[in-house]
Amino acid sequence: MAEKITIGELHLSGCTGCLVTLADNYEGLFKLLDDYADLVYALTLVDVRHVPEMDVCLVEGSCCLNDKISVEELKEAREKSKVLVAYGGCAAYGNITRFCRGGQWNQPGHEAFVPISEVVDVDLYIPSCPPCPQQVRNVAVMAFLLLRGNEEQKNLATAYLTPLMQLAQRGNEACGCDLMYDVINQGLCMGCGTCAGTCPVRAITMEYGKPNVNRDLCIKCGACYSQCPRSWFNFDVMNNYEGIMDAIKGAMQ
Amino acid sequence: MDVLGNYKSAISARSTDKDITKKSQDGGIITTLFAYALEEGIIDGAIVAGPGDEPWKPEPVVATTKAELLAAAGTRYTISPNLYLIKEATRSYGLDRVGIVGTPCQMQAVRKAQLYPIGMRDVDDKIALALGIYCMENLSYQALEAIVEDHCNQKMESVKKMDIGKGKFTVYTERGAVSQMPLKLIHKYVQPGCNVCLDYVANLADISSGSVGSPDGWSTVFVRSMKGNAVWDGAIAAGLFETKPMDQVKPGLDLVTKLATEKITKNQKNVDARKTFGLKADGTAKGLRNPYESP
Ligand SMILES: Cc1cc2nc3c(=O)[nH]c(=O)nc-3n(C[C@H](O)[C@H](O)[C@H](O)COP(=O)(O)OP(=O)(O)OC[C@H]3O[C@@H](n4cnc5c(N)ncnc54)[C@H](O)[C@@H]3O)c2cc1C
Ligand code: SF4
Ligand code: SF4
Ligand code: SF4
Repeated sequence: MAEKITIGELHLSGCTGCLVTLADNYEGLFKLLDDYADLVYALTLVDVRHVPEMDVCLVEGSCCLNDKISVEELKEAREKSKVLVAYGGCAAYGNITRFCRGGQWNQPGHEAFVPISEVVDVDLYIPSCPPCPQQVRNVAVMAFLLLRGNEEQKNLATAYLTPLMQLAQRGNEACGCDLMYDVINQGLCMGCGTCAGTCPVRAITMEYGKPNVNRDLCIKCGACYSQCPRSWFNFDVMNNYEGIMDAIKGAMQ
Repeated sequence: MDVLGNYKSAISARSTDKDITKKSQDGGIITTLFAYALEEGIIDGAIVAGPGDEPWKPEPVVATTKAELLAAAGTRYTISPNLYLIKEATRSYGLDRVGIVGTPCQMQAVRKAQLYPIGMRDVDDKIALALGIYCMENLSYQALEAIVEDHCNQKMESVKKMDIGKGKFTVYTERGAVSQMPLKLIHKYVQPGCNVCLDYVANLADISSGSVGSPDGWSTVFVRSMKGNAVWDGAIAAGLFETKPMDQVKPGLDLVTKLATEKITKNQKNVDARKTFGLKADGTAKGLRNPYESP
């Protein structure tokens, strides 16, 4: 077994659902920690007070511009980690915190919440609210292969992670409307229903085979767009689904 | 990758269950396999295109009995967003082993949901059987209505079966009338999303099936994955299918290959043409999104 990678979770303005998601891998989390990754920083899970050096930093939550400590910790995490991940809808797209306008106990002055890419460069996105335990697991295994694997494993991990890195390049705004703008308006939707099936708040219904977004319900988590097979689809990876799934399963056994 | 995808075997087959072949589109492959998988506990339920609230408008449903599978048998040439239920099936329905049928694009969505379960919590290892149906193109419900009612001159509610084959779209009515229209007139009705589709025979399914290549009433079956292989062998051992080797049926695999190649070549051209769809002020090309390159 190659040397483990180091992973941390930086907690900003999120609900801790992302952190819980990590733990939702149950025994899978222990397997990850036993064989692939040392958790070097995480609220409640690791007793470390200052942001350490790490290979992968998962950032949960959006960044409150009025909270000096949040801004500083985020910048520090950027400097000290090789790969910075926007972990969950809030970090990637602002999610529900996009609707915050201050005046809340016990920090009425905190009103400006932005996706972390408005403050630092982000390498990779894991959208959705909450993100899925299996997606975090897959990224953790692939990050291990990327940083510690042989040539072939590095290539696979690169191919796998590329679209998630491209999502980070695409920008920091996403909501159900993206299906309209970037899929339907582009003549790409074929009515599979994935978007409606994935939405955590059931903001999407399928009307005559095409998605209809209730914009009042949408929390801007970005799950529908990133899960849609017509937002991106990499044949190299998906055509080898059986081998890759077996490999991930094998790695977790 | 080959235009027919990876597969372990290709067989011409027909269900031995008369209840099924009476209602199924072709050889009853899909309904028979799901009924078998239900019986054997390989799946707890299957997402199929059930009857909707308007004639010939499918509605995705989770079928947990053979009766429900039978009610959903046959082809509806219009969109049934089957992936809509994929996470729900593991939640409200509490299924641990989910079956799902779908067009090639829907099989792509299934595999993406498994490899990149971004908003698909606890779905990846619960997909127990993904069955694909070949697909050249699909139609919106309104397009299907226009074809049946305007071109074929039949009422939607009086239609018993619709079929595509030998260059024609055919409608059979309850009262025995048969109306046809040439398939080439359908192209303007095709949903635009199908024009960038690069899969004909559901390359990513565990098992995929369609009519093309086999005689009427029979289906051409590709057994693709390890899981598909085990299920197929089990169903054959249980005597659920009559089979013939592919090289002994007419028109055979060559026609499948020909149609797959035609579809993929034409649609790859469409994908490429999107790169230079528009024009910028400086005379260079302005492109549309390519979903196969980046988000
Ligand atoms: C839009 C479309 C285009 C097709 N084009 C071709 C083609 O070019 N060449 C070819 O050989 N075959 C094509 N088929 C497949 C073919 O019509 C049959 O579905 C297939 O042969 C299965 O028949 P069967 O008797 O094995 O299945 P059955 O036992 O009849 O079961 C069919 C299953 O498909 C499901 N289903 C029906 N309609 C849809 C839908 N719209 N979307 C998702 N699931 C659905 C049903 O619920 C059922 O479970 C197409 C199917 C569709 C839906
Ligand atoms: S997931 Fe994408 S392709 Fe599928 S119905 Fe939604 S917008 Fe259309
Ligand atoms: S429509 Fe649903 S899935 Fe899409 S961004 Fe909004 S809340 Fe998220
Ligand atoms: S042609 Fe392709 S995109 Fe269109 S319905 Fe069939 S499989 Fe889906």
